[in-house]
This record gives sequence, structure tokens and C-alpha cells, in this order.
Amino acid sequence: MENNKNVIDKQAHTDMAEVRMKPNRVRDIVEKIIETIFLLCAMASVISVIAIIAFVFWKGLTPFLGDNSYSFGAFITGTKWDPGNDIFGIFYMIVGSVFATIGAIIFGVPIGILTAVYIAEIAPKGLVKTIKPAIELLAGIPSVIYGAFGVGVIVPLVNKISPRPQGESLLAVICVLTVMILPTIINLTEASIKAVPKSYREASLGLGASKTQTIFQAVLPAAKSGILSATVLGIGRAIGETMAVMMIAGNPIGGIPSSIFDKIRPLTSNISMEMGYASGRHQEMLFATGVVLFIFIMVVNITLIKITNKAGEK
Amino acid sequence: MNDTVSKFSVNDLDLFYGSFQALKKINMEIKENEITAFIGPSGCGKSTFLKTLNRMNDLVENVQIGGNIYLDGVDIYSDIDVIKLRSRVGMVFQQPNPFPMSIYDNVAYGPRIHGIKKKNQLDEIVEKSLRQAAIWDEVKDKLKKSALAVSGGQQQRVCIARTLAVEPEVILMDEPTSALDPISTLKIEDLAVELKKDYTIIIVTHNMQQASRISDKTAFFLLGEMIEYGDTHQIFNNPVDKKTEDYITGRFG
Repeated sequence: MENNKNVIDKQAHTDMAEVRMKPNRVRDIVEKIIETIFLLCAMASVISVIAIIAFVFWKGLTPFLGDNSYSFGAFITGTKWDPGNDIFGIFYMIVGSVFATIGAIIFGVPIGILTAVYIAEIAPKGLVKTIKPAIELLAGIPSVIYGAFGVGVIVPLVNKISPRPQGESLLAVICVLTVMILPTIINLTEASIKAVPKSYREASLGLGASKTQTIFQAVLPAAKSGILSATVLGIGRAIGETMAVMMIAGNPIGGIPSSIFDKIRPLTSNISMEMGYASGRHQEMLFATGVVLFIFIMVVNITLIKITNKAGEK
Repeated sequence: MNDTVSKFSVNDLDLFYGSFQALKKINMEIKENEITAFIGPSGCGKSTFLKTLNRMNDLVENVQIGGNIYLDGVDIYSDIDVIKLRSRVGMVFQQPNPFPMSIYDNVAYGPRIHGIKKKNQLDEIVEKSLRQAAIWDEVKDKLKKSALAVSGGQQQRVCIARTLAVEPEVILMDEPTSALDPISTLKIEDLAVELKKDYTIIIVTHNMQQASRISDKTAFFLLGEMIEYGDTHQIFNNPVDKKTEDYITGRFG
């Protein structure tokens, strides 16, 4: 019996070996094809990004090159946008975009961090089950709905307290952007707080720290790089937001905002409002606006990569 | 037994995790300026008991505690603020757990949260604590370096320094050397013996030799009960209970 089994095992073994040794053309070809499909999928996003960059830069840089070119300095430092009279200055838009983003970060980051702390460390489980879906829903609302909410609620409210005749303003944009970046900041911060080892909390509490002290002195510092990434992603989201912002910004044709009640014209609005009907130089200038926006986004992304790499090294 | 003062008095201590009883009617006097060792197989309740002494068990959900624990005659579960208690009863954990900050900031963490802000005062505390933890000479040139960059044994001594910086009266050590190599272990043991002059030390250990080498008193736990408690010499050489003897001689556990 025992012997018999051995013989069978041996037989099976040699069969397997034979199969293994046989060249298998069909299988090799299938493997190659599948590999190629993977490669093509991976290339899709790389090719897309290269194509977009090339196209936007090519179109956007054209007006500054060759005969009859527009002065790049006048473009980047100008404070008036008047395509009818061939005036294309976007400095006031850059200022508007940057102010709006800074404002959203100033309010959104602390609110987001505290919300994340509450969810991760303090809130009873039942309440977390209410807050988290709410935040997820917030992330899923289309930006045009944010814009509509801005027009219907925030703009009239701003109008009530504003010394200016209209409610569309930097302040309205900041309010809406703050809410829009909250989900990004909350989710990433919460994840990084949850990744902080329990032993840090124990060590801190064991030294006689209160819960609040433990959160602010031990947990948040340990989650620092995640929170920084969250902030940078929030900046990216705020600076690139278009639809909601366009609906409530006021979009003036010139003038650097000097108060939060002033209208602004973010870079994104500029492109989306006029691209539909622009042509010739006007259209090229909109692409040039896109180039500037692109550079901002690149800076944000490179910063993000730097931060995550640094965190990875630790 | 009466020549030293009782630091902790434990009366009929019961502890439940949900419906599971992890500690059963523990009664114990822990003396000042001595090293008391808790031994016993895994899951016997010794670590759980240790954590009741500075109320770290409060962090676990569904814990219920019966009986009383007195620190210098004051009930720690009713008559003392838990934060005050933890600054009087410090803890060193099984895995070295320095914060991801510099060595200096690790040791200064406790004093800072208790309101000491002046740089020269902090400098003094940091140096004193690191000296007490017998690690000053090894780290004095890298105080600004991350505490995670030094070896495991050094990390554990930094953690001990961090505990000492709060000037506790009692130090609880939860298997402080189980993650360390033999040389680091010896250093921690020597340190514990040195520290008992100024502190009361309670140590949980799986290492029988460690208990016999450094402790004055030993308590043997089994399945949530304290089977035997007495002078270390007596426990190891002349145990009263058969179960203690079986455990110490390695017949189970």
C-alpha cells in the first residue's frame, strides 16, 4: 500500500516535470499580449498628461512669440482684461486666485483638522456614523451645486454686510471654497491621525497629560506630514476649482481686490467664461491663463511629492 | 515586613473586561523604595493589574473595577485626579515608545505639559533625567536628533528618562526588556536597582532570572488570581504554593 502510493507520486511528479519542460508558445503569446495591454493602460494617463501640457503650452505661449507678439510682462502684470481692445492683463486674477485659496486654507485647515480630531479621537461611535457619511456626501456634491448654493444663500448674506453694492465677492468665494476643501482635509487628516501608533497616546497619558494635551502635543505632531499633505491637496483643490467659484466671484474686468468684499476674477473663471466664444488672440490668451494656472498646480504637486517622500524616509 | 512604608494598598480588587473576570480579589501591600516583580504566564492578569495602578485601564472600553487601590492611603479611583495620579505613578512600556521627536523634546515632554516653559529649567531637567536613566553620556551630543534614531535599548532608557522627568514616586515597568537584547537588558536591570533608592518600582516580567536578580518582593499570578506574594528569595527558593513551584521550576507556563 505504502509502496504503491510512492510509485503513483513518482509518476505524477514526472508528468508534471514533462509538462513544465514543454515549450508553450500559445501561453507565451498570451502573456505578451496581456503585458502589452497593461502597458497601454498605464500609458493612457501618461500620454494624456503630456498631450495636455504640450497643447496648453503651445497654444498659450504662441501670442508671446513671433511678430506682432503680446508683451509677456504686460500679460503677467496687467490689471485689466479687455479682449475687445486687445488688453490682456491677468495679474489681478492671480491675486484673486491666491487670496481666495489662502482664505479657504486659513478657515478650512483648522476646521478640517479639528473635525478630523473629533472623529478620530473624541466622538462617540454613534455620532461618527452620522458625521462621516455627511462628509462623504459633501465630497460628492457637484461643484455647480455648491455654486448654486453660493448664489442663493452666501451671496445674499454677504450682500447684507458688505459696503459694496453686490454680494459676489472674495468673501463669498472663500466661504464656498472652505466648505469644498473640507472633505479633502478631513479625510486625509483623519487617516493620518488614525495611523499614529496607540503607544504614543499611552506614553503621553502615562506622563500625566490630559486628553487634549495628548492630541495637540503628541498625536498631531506625529501626524504632521499627513496633515501637511492634506493642506497641500486642499490648496490644489481650491486653486483649481472653477464652476462654483465662477458663479459667485463677480468676475470684474480689472482691478486688484483690496477688500474681501471686492469682486474677484479667478484664473479658472477667466478661462471657463470666455473659452466658448473666444477666437484668435483672445483664445490664445485664455490658453496662456491656463499655462499660469498649470504652473501653480505643478508647484502644488511637486510640494506634495516632496512632503510624502520626506515622510516615507522616516 | 513593617520596616518600610506601604506605597500601594490593594483591597479585594476585581477587574472585568465585559463579562470576563481578569482579576480576582487581589489583596496586596506594595512597599516604598523596593522593587516588586509580578510574574506569571501570559494572560494571568499581571499586566492588567499593573495598569490598574495608574489607571491606564481607563482607556480600555467596558472595563469594570471593584475593590480599592490606595496610594499613600488615598483611593486612586475616587479621591485623586487621574492626571495627578499618572504624574505620580509613571509608566515604562513593553515596546520602547519614544515620540517621533528629538531626544530632548521627548524628555522635556512631561515637564512641558505640566507647565514648565523656561529653557534653562528644562535643560536642567533633561540632563538630570538622562543622567538618572544612565544614558546621558551616550546621547549628550545628539539631544537634537530624533529619538527613533538610537538603538532599542537606548530608546527604552530615553523612555525611562522621559518618565523620570515628571518626578514620579512610583515607576511601573511593563516587561521593559522583552524587546531588548541581553546587554541592554542588563543595563535596564542595573538601572532599576539604582533607581529604587529614590523610587518605588513595580515590574512585570516574563523573565524569571530577571525577577530573582533585581526584585525584593515577587508576586505570582495565575488566571487572574494572585497565588503567592512574598520576599523574592523565599518565592524562588521556598515557595509555599505548589503552583508557584511548578511555574518557577518551569513545569508549565
